[in-house]
Amino acid sequence: MDSSAATTHHGPASGLRRWLYTTNHKDIGTLYLWFSFVMFMTGGCMALLIRAELFQPGLQLIQPEFFNQMTTMHGLIMVFGAVMPAFVGLANWMIPMMVGAPDMALPRMNNWSFWILPFAFSMMLSTLFMEGGAPNFGWTFYAPLSTTYAPPSVTFFIFAVHMMGISSIMGAINIIATILNLRAPGMNMMKLPLFVWTWLITAFLLIAVMPVLAGVVTMMLMDIHFGTSFFNAAGGGDPVLFQHVFWFFGHPEVYIMILPAFGIVSEIIPTFARKKLFGYPSMVYATASIAFLSFIVWAHHMFTVGMPLVGEVFFMFATMLIAVPTGVKVFNWVATMFRGSMTFETPMLFALAFVVLFTIGGFSGLMLAIAPADFQYHDTYFVVAHFHYVLVPGAVFAIMAGAYYWLPKWCGNYYDETMGKVHFWCSFIGVNITFFPMHFIGLAGMPRRIPDYALQFADFNAVATVGAFIFGFSQLIFLYNVIYCIRKGRKASDEVWEGSHGLEWTLPSPAPYHSFSEAPQIK
Amino acid sequence: MSIIHKKTRTVKWLVVSCVLMFGFGFALVPLYDVFCRITGLNGKVDLIPAQPSSVIDESRQIKLQLVAVNNETMPWEFKPKTVVTRLSPGEMHQTAYLARNLTERMMIAQAVPSVSPSEAAPFVQKINCFCFERQPLDGRAEKWMPLVVSIDPNLPKHISTITLSYTLFDITPDTPSTVTLSERGSL
Repeated sequence: MDSSAATTHHGPASGLRRWLYTTNHKDIGTLYLWFSFVMFMTGGCMALLIRAELFQPGLQLIQPEFFNQMTTMHGLIMVFGAVMPAFVGLANWMIPMMVGAPDMALPRMNNWSFWILPFAFSMMLSTLFMEGGAPNFGWTFYAPLSTTYAPPSVTFFIFAVHMMGISSIMGAINIIATILNLRAPGMNMMKLPLFVWTWLITAFLLIAVMPVLAGVVTMMLMDIHFGTSFFNAAGGGDPVLFQHVFWFFGHPEVYIMILPAFGIVSEIIPTFARKKLFGYPSMVYATASIAFLSFIVWAHHMFTVGMPLVGEVFFMFATMLIAVPTGVKVFNWVATMFRGSMTFETPMLFALAFVVLFTIGGFSGLMLAIAPADFQYHDTYFVVAHFHYVLVPGAVFAIMAGAYYWLPKWCGNYYDETMGKVHFWCSFIGVNITFFPMHFIGLAGMPRRIPDYALQFADFNAVATVGAFIFGFSQLIFLYNVIYCIRKGRKASDEVWEGSHGLEWTLPSPAPYHSFSEAPQIK
Repeated sequence: MSIIHKKTRTVKWLVVSCVLMFGFGFALVPLYDVFCRITGLNGKVDLIPAQPSSVIDESRQIKLQLVAVNNETMPWEFKPKTVVTRLSPGEMHQTAYLARNLTERMMIAQAVPSVSPSEAAPFVQKINCFCFERQPLDGRAEKWMPLVVSIDPNLPKHISTITLSYTLFDITPDTPSTVTLSERGSL
């Protein structure tokens, strides 16, 4: 045990300095979570602007140039600003408490990895006010759209991505160092809570692919400013190369955004089903297999670039193979619930919605994996429907579930259960109204990233817009509920939930500023 | 081993892996090229002169289609002398592409070849090609750019038609490489 940590038994500093200088994993977790909520709202406003424009055919509210900037910024902010920091925030709060560690392994670096983020996103958002506008080439920033034809602000975008990458890598290093070195005596790897396991694997994915993302934006930077020709055909480069390198990062990235969600759901379902998680080892192996497979399927995002048949077939089957470990997980969750004494508190509702709606997103993913069919679906709203089903009722619902599940442990009070249920049902209905019609308009041929559309798509688009506003505004209920929970919620017990299991519930509620200064013994 | 020691070791190998993966991102560029060359995927063609073949396979005739494409904003006239020819594998075919600079200023162009079907790419041998070097041309000038090509007799039997396409890029140094916003608005 680090002796210097043991001598500093004082409470947090007061005021702004507490948050600026903090090295406490709980403070940093809180910072991450609030930051990600602010980004979720920012990206959400952009989404609502997009949906408002698409409410009717024709151009009403915004110009196509600005529409493209909105789709780009919405994607970037939601991926790098909302979902990823929220998971890192949950990891910061929960992993030390779950493995019985006093704090993260590298507390100072932890502070730094958070405080880079506000600067990265200020830089990213500042491009909206620059001459030529914000990046408008989609969150996938395909070259040459993002090099030869990019607005001048692309350089700021590149540096913002570099900063986010550094932040994520430092966060990942910290998480791995914590899990591998700071586990309480007796907690061997196969006793780790599943949230910790999924995060360990996610952190390895981050270490493997964030540097590749940094590499690809660096190549863009060199193409734009230093006369290289990585992606410039005239100079001997290849634009398709960009897509290969990007998706080598991009596909593991989508699992980075879903594996911790699997972990959260695997914590919540056993609690409210009052049964042990079914098939713990198979869950661990399934997570690891998904992570491994994520490295050999990247080109299924590029079926239409003109790959040879062998490539199409390989990537098609490799992609479909991922359905096997994912199926194992879904069946394990269902088996955990089977003959359990279930109750339906808000975290459980979100977790159940996750299982059902994520599976829908998984199935549309399987449809997209079929290479010949993908030629029809490619770049249509069907793709938009697919990845929003796995990211919104997938990743975001899991984050919501986790927040409701652990909030009483964090602030010592219960949230308002009725308000939580109202939030859930509004979100659930809103999400489905928004994204389900997109399957149909996608199959009917409406392209994505277009501010205008043919008349026959009008009705479903109007429906989707209504759903988006329901979903968007119902998140204010969540905000209110969190503030209510912090301020004057009913006092929570230490174990919080009747069926709770794991080290974090042995701590008092709210969790003390310093926990597990003495490592607990695991039987 | 103390916990600090263990932590330092973990962090060290994690940082090293990050640096290696950053390098791997760049290594993907040559790896991808090598992969395409070995497998002949992507229709990529070597930009080095080939040696003419000594055997001629008279038993079959291959239809060779020549295509000229201007990359966008390339204001030259660019076309092959003959669009379709038939030749036996191993036989040398001499032809040319016409380039005419339609602007008033001197420009430099670079042609980038591509072969379809991509399976045939390694078998298209360019003995002399204007794509080997950059092509400067004064304003309003024109020239015939030579191309000597032959097809490797080892070409798989099921391929009877090959398309050789050239895309012409503007690489004049002082032209702005990015299209300005006002120009884009009118696109």
